[in-house]
Amino acid sequence: MIKTDVVIIGAGPVGLFAVHQLGIKGLKSEVIDNLDKAGGQCIELYPDKPIYDIPAVPKCSGKSLTDNLLEQIKPFGSNIHLNERVQEIKEEKGLWTLKTSNNKTFTTPNIIIAGGVGSFEPRKLPLKELAKFENKSVFYSVTDKTLLKNKKISIFGGGDSALDWALEFAKFSKVTLIHRRNEFRGAPHTLKELEKLKKEGKIIIKTPFQISSINEGKELKFIKIKNDDEKTEKIETDIVLGFFGLIMQLGPIAEWGLNMDKKTIKVNTENFQTNKPGIFAIGDICSYPGKLKLILSGFHEAALASVECFKRARPNETYRFQFTTSSKEIQDRLGIKK
Amino acid sequence: MPKITYIEQNGNSKTIEVDNGLTVMEGAVQNNIPGIDADCGGGMACATCHVYVEDSWLNKLPKAKDAEQDMIDMAYKPNKNSRLSCQIVVSDEIDGLTVTTPEKQT
Repeated sequence: MIKTDVVIIGAGPVGLFAVHQLGIKGLKSEVIDNLDKAGGQCIELYPDKPIYDIPAVPKCSGKSLTDNLLEQIKPFGSNIHLNERVQEIKEEKGLWTLKTSNNKTFTTPNIIIAGGVGSFEPRKLPLKELAKFENKSVFYSVTDKTLLKNKKISIFGGGDSALDWALEFAKFSKVTLIHRRNEFRGAPHTLKELEKLKKEGKIIIKTPFQISSINEGKELKFIKIKNDDEKTEKIETDIVLGFFGLIMQLGPIAEWGLNMDKKTIKVNTENFQTNKPGIFAIGDICSYPGKLKLILSGFHEAALASVECFKRARPNETYRFQFTTSSKEIQDRLGIKK
Repeated sequence: MPKITYIEQNGNSKTIEVDNGLTVMEGAVQNNIPGIDADCGGGMACATCHVYVEDSWLNKLPKAKDAEQDMIDMAYKPNKNSRLSCQIVVSDEIDGLTVTTPEKQT
């Protein structure tokens, strides 16, 4: 059981800045995120796309924004629990208990949900018959390469992941690469290698095709693919791999009894608390009149929520507003030596 | 004001007036058209505002850029009529545009 002043759900830019705003007030926090690295949408969706509307930063990438935030919150020593999703929450006498998918439990007076549009999950092939084969012969990520040796593998997708795995598995398996259009999107050397293996007959490429059906029965034996003109082909297949990027799913948060507005959580604009005392929502996941889904709005929301978190975590202390430029206390917390 | 028609898979259709300069996605979201999620808010980063453009309109719209096509690769059941509605800007030239929403976005 981990005790802390605040649990932050989501390690995107807003969740990370919340660590800072809590930290300068002397509050300890723990961050939980479903992804394997911090940064949220900035890292997962647009690590290299420039962002132009961070105040006082004329231009930065999602990656550099994340790196700078991680640097900025280093002094506070918050743990970031990655590859973990908060499954359930319970309240007792003003304290919240959280359980994660890795069976960790946290207890805290404050939960800040900075979950963006939800947790990222792989996007799946649009054929419901494939579901029963998932993690047996249908995969959306590769964890154990050895399982895929000397097999007939059908790979779907046209981006880097699909291409990289196609090249890798062509070394020891029979690979068919299937994509909905003729153009692939990959690094130039990858595309060149793909062309070479195609000429040597080591990879079969089927475009523009999409999956249409699979065999019946308990084992995957073949798939059928179809193009825009309804031309169908049958491909003997042991393993299907699909690489269609990630999709954001709200997940368990929707079941916590919070006031929702479609996929967002309603909050007040004084401290960004939800209808449940001690649960806050900030960043893209919160909604209120006039809400803008901007990183800078999320930073502001983090600052205001942190004040109410202080009051709940330190009911016997008086909150004092202080500036980082002049407060000795804050500078000590930041580890600044003078 | 240009009129845009949104048809659901079940055949329900709604025609709404959308201001010039807004996108077909924004027109849908502001008017509670079902079937368009637009999770990323128009950043061309999620493919959840995917629509099928009616054949007769396909060549009248400015062509999709590479980045849009790359994103459509990720969409649910794309076809040759697929576009991201966040990348179609409403103007008098596309008055009467008809799009069909997919059965789902994810």
